[in-house]
Order: sequence, then C-alpha cells, then structure tokens
Amino acid sequence: MTNNPILAVRSLTKSFGGLVASKNINIDLYAGEIHALIGPNGAGKSTLIQQITGGLTSDEGEVYFDGQEISSLNTAARTRLGMGRTFQISSLAMEYTVLQNVVLGAIGFRGKVFDFFNNAMKDRELINRAETALVQVGLEDFRTYRTSDLSHGQRRQLEVAVALTLSPKAFLMDEPMAGLGAEGSKRLTGFLDELRKQAPILLIEHDMDAVFSLADRISVLVYGEIIATGSVDEIRQNPQVRSAYLGEEDTL
Amino acid sequence: MKKEMYLNIGLMALMLVVPLVAWVSDEPFWITLATRAVIFAIAGIGLNFALGFGGLVSFGHAAFFGLGGYAMGILAYHAQTYTPVFEWPFLLEGSKSMLLIWLVAIVVSALAALAIGALSLRTTGVYFIMITLAFGQMFYYFSISWSTYGGEDGLPIYVRNEFPGLNTMDPIQYFAICYVVLTLILILVHRMSQSSFGMMLQAARQNEKRVQAVGQTPYSLYLVAFTISGAITGLAGALFADLNRFVSPTMFSWHVSGEIMIFVILGGVGRVFGPLAGAALYILLEHTLGGLSEYWHIYLGALLLGVVLFTRGGIYGLFAGREVAHD
Repeated sequence: MTNNPILAVRSLTKSFGGLVASKNINIDLYAGEIHALIGPNGAGKSTLIQQITGGLTSDEGEVYFDGQEISSLNTAARTRLGMGRTFQISSLAMEYTVLQNVVLGAIGFRGKVFDFFNNAMKDRELINRAETALVQVGLEDFRTYRTSDLSHGQRRQLEVAVALTLSPKAFLMDEPMAGLGAEGSKRLTGFLDELRKQAPILLIEHDMDAVFSLADRISVLVYGEIIATGSVDEIRQNPQVRSAYLGEEDTL
Repeated sequence: MKKEMYLNIGLMALMLVVPLVAWVSDEPFWITLATRAVIFAIAGIGLNFALGFGGLVSFGHAAFFGLGGYAMGILAYHAQTYTPVFEWPFLLEGSKSMLLIWLVAIVVSALAALAIGALSLRTTGVYFIMITLAFGQMFYYFSISWSTYGGEDGLPIYVRNEFPGLNTMDPIQYFAICYVVLTLILILVHRMSQSSFGMMLQAARQNEKRVQAVGQTPYSLYLVAFTISGAITGLAGALFADLNRFVSPTMFSWHVSGEIMIFVILGGVGRVFGPLAGAALYILLEHTLGGLSEYWHIYLGALLLGVVLFTRGGIYGLFAGREVAHD
C-alpha cells in the first residue's frame, strides 16, 4: 500500500453546540482493502459517514477522494466521482420493483438522466448493467418483486446491487450486516471478501465476527475520536480498545 | 396493468362518443361540456406531472392556467383592436392564430413555472403548498389591477381564434382540436413517465436519499418537472380561454388551483390518465348536482372525502388496483 489512498479523511471535526461528534479524525482507504470502522453506539460513526458522503458539512478538516478535495461537494457530486454507498437503514424506492431500483443506479452511472422519451426499462444497456449487478448479489430471481415486499436482508443485498451498478471507486457501507441473521451475514461476508478486489470498502459494522474475518485494517472510534488504527491483531491486543469498546472481560 | 389499459381506452372512447352523439342529435351544450372536461383534464395532467410523479403538492397551478388564458386574451385582444402588444425591445403584434397563441402560452407559463419553482422548491411540505398558493394569489391580484386588460371585469374576445383548415366556432370542430391536443399530451406524459427522467423523478418522490446515492440532485429533477407541469397547465389555460372567448382574473383564483387538484385526486394521483377520469367525473357532477342545488359543492366534498378515505388512489385506484410498477 505504497500508493495514494482512494479516500483520505484529514483532521475532520464536527461539533453540535457543546457536543463534539467527531474530533480531528484521520482515515485512509487504499485500493484492495477493507477498512473497518468500529465503535460503541454514540461514538459518532453516523456523523462521520455523513461528513464523508456530504450529508453534513464539517467544521474543520478535508475529505480527499481519488486525489481531489471534495469537502465542498454535495452528496450527488461525490457519488458521481465514484463514491458508492449503502445505508444503515435501507434507502430504496419502495414502490419500485427490484429491477427498477437497480436500473436507477444504471441511469445514474450513465448520467443521461434528462432523457425524456426513451423507455428506461426497455433500454438494453441499462437493463444489462442492472441484471449483472443483481446476479452478483444473488437477487436475479426477485427482479419483478416490489421492493417493499422484500425481506430485510434482501433489501440490504439490493442496496449493494445498486451501488455496484455505479462502478464506484470505493464503497462506504454502513452496517450492511445489521439484521441479516447468521446465514445472511456469512453470505455477505463472502461477497464483500471478493468485492474488495473491485473497489476498496470502508465498512462500518457491529458484527465483530464479520469485521475480524474481513478487515485488513480497523479503526476504532470512541467519543468522536479515533483511538486506534491497525491490523486485526493489533486492535485485538490494544489495551485501550479493550477497555473502551470491547470490555475487559471479553475474550477476542 | 391490463385493467388500467382497458380503463384508459374506455375513457378515451367515452370522451369521443359523448360529443359525437350530441353533435348528431344537435345538442351543442353537451359538446361544450365534453370540451370543458377535456381541457380540465389537460390542466390536471399538467399538475399530476408535478404532484403525482414528483410529489410536489402545488396549490398555485391556477397561476399557469391563468397565464395561458391571458396569453391568449392579450394576443387576441391586440389582434382585434389592431394595436401592437408592445413595441420595445421588439415589435410584437397581436395574433389570432391558435398555434402561435399556444406556443406563447406554453413558453410564458413554462418560464413562470421555472421562476416560481426555483424559489418554492427550496421549501418542502406545507411551506411549499403555501408558497405556491401565494404566487398564485399574486397573479390573481395583479390581473385584477391591470386595467389595460379589463381588470376585474376580464377581457372578452369576440371571435374564437383561428386554426388552419378548421372552423373553430363550430363546437364539434373545436372539441376535435382539444381532443387531439389531449391525446398528444397523454402520449407525451406517458412516455416521459417511463423515461430515465420519469423514473428518477418518481424515485425522488419515494426516497430522495436514494436518488442522491446514485448521483442525482432531487432539486434539479423537481425543477424540470415543475416547469413541464406549468407549461402543460398553461396550454390548458389558453384552450379554456378560447372555449369561453373570455379571460378574467377568476382563472387565477385559488379555487381553480383547488379544482385542478380535485381532478387529480378524484382520478388517481400519479396515474397518467387519472386526471381525465377526474375531470370527466367533476364535469358530470357539476352538471347533474349543480342542477339540484346551488350548493352542489357539499356533495362534491363528501365524494372527495370518500375517495380519499376509502379508495387507494381515486377512480383508477378503485377500478384498476394499486399501481403496479411498469416493467
């Protein structure tokens, strides 16, 4: 990992009144890696994600993506640069079919959104792109389902599929395993393991089994501060992390 | 999906048969009623594009309806008085050509919608409703005080405007013009609803975050939709003024905004043909109930309550089921 990071977060700070939600945060995401961000509830993970994706403006610090400073860009612009994301709480067009949701991603990738006359659902280019992503996550048999009829886990998969259609340079995944169940998270773990070859993943996750089996590096966020960054083993052995996050008695 | 198509075809046929029968049996009144329904449907289709597809609850679409009406009124007034509309920065003569009037109506209302949308779309929810209402009322009071064009009394036009090859004063021929315009608008809106733009717009209505996460800005989508919406309703205004050969500030009043919204809700929000069903039913009720009592709006109100409470999506929701995503 000698090359430049795809995503570089530098001295990012954000406070809400007296509450400092993120304090002087530095994170790097390099090609080919899964960098996990963990931390107890209320540590400021969601705030940080918002600052990175453009939902919140930071008080201080910068975000660099693919060598470019993006701190002043909005969410849509950051997505167009290649930042693909999935949400903590599934954020899909619930009235649409599964395929339509993925086609949205394909339209976004192509960028010709002000096309008023051609039927998008009959556009081979869009459909092919969408179908490929559905096959990748294993949802191809559900393409005609209404999204609101999907299970929680399937919605998660669908979010990943939509992100895939964008061919992003990096993924930001906010708790993709949440509520998946053992079988589901095992499947997704295998999938993400492969996905990192396509683009690196900044993974916010509570499922420690998944984190420890997947992550190349882990950053630990506590009370808005990164208290440690390192390999799985380093983090496991870090006494500060053990007391702050994992609890003294937990054996890892 | 199938049911919806039958309903569409049935409606279009009905809207054609009623005036034709009236024409054969020499009942021009019914032709005029049908023409009114068709024009109201176009206005509703315009609003539905913003409200149904984009989720933009505009309570100020009378502004565009009225602008279309006044575009016709002003051009025709200057043509019948042989005076120019204005001489600076360029000379603009009045006109009796329907096609030219439509073009002006569309451009003027689209520009107004662009400006109103650009400001109003910075707000959402109730504030958006109130701001669009306020813009509508601005136009209303402006038209009342603009004495050059009749002020409160409005502006009568003596002869209906001209359409190449047709006698527009003949009710059935004017109906035919409006019916063809309706058909073209329906085709256009249907295609737009399935296009990349239409899909993204409807996705923005469902979930703005989703649209941002695929790299699109909801505001731009809404603004374009609002502009198209205003242009369509403006065209309806020009047709309506020509039908009555009269424009007045009432076209700008908030009652009109409410009526247009009623067409959309009665027919089925977000259904391409919904406003046609809504407008037809409205005209029918106005005619039948209006004969029973001056206060027929009471019954209309009760019906509207029933529709909102018990049908999921107006007439179309009732007869064609919930909208199945088209693919």
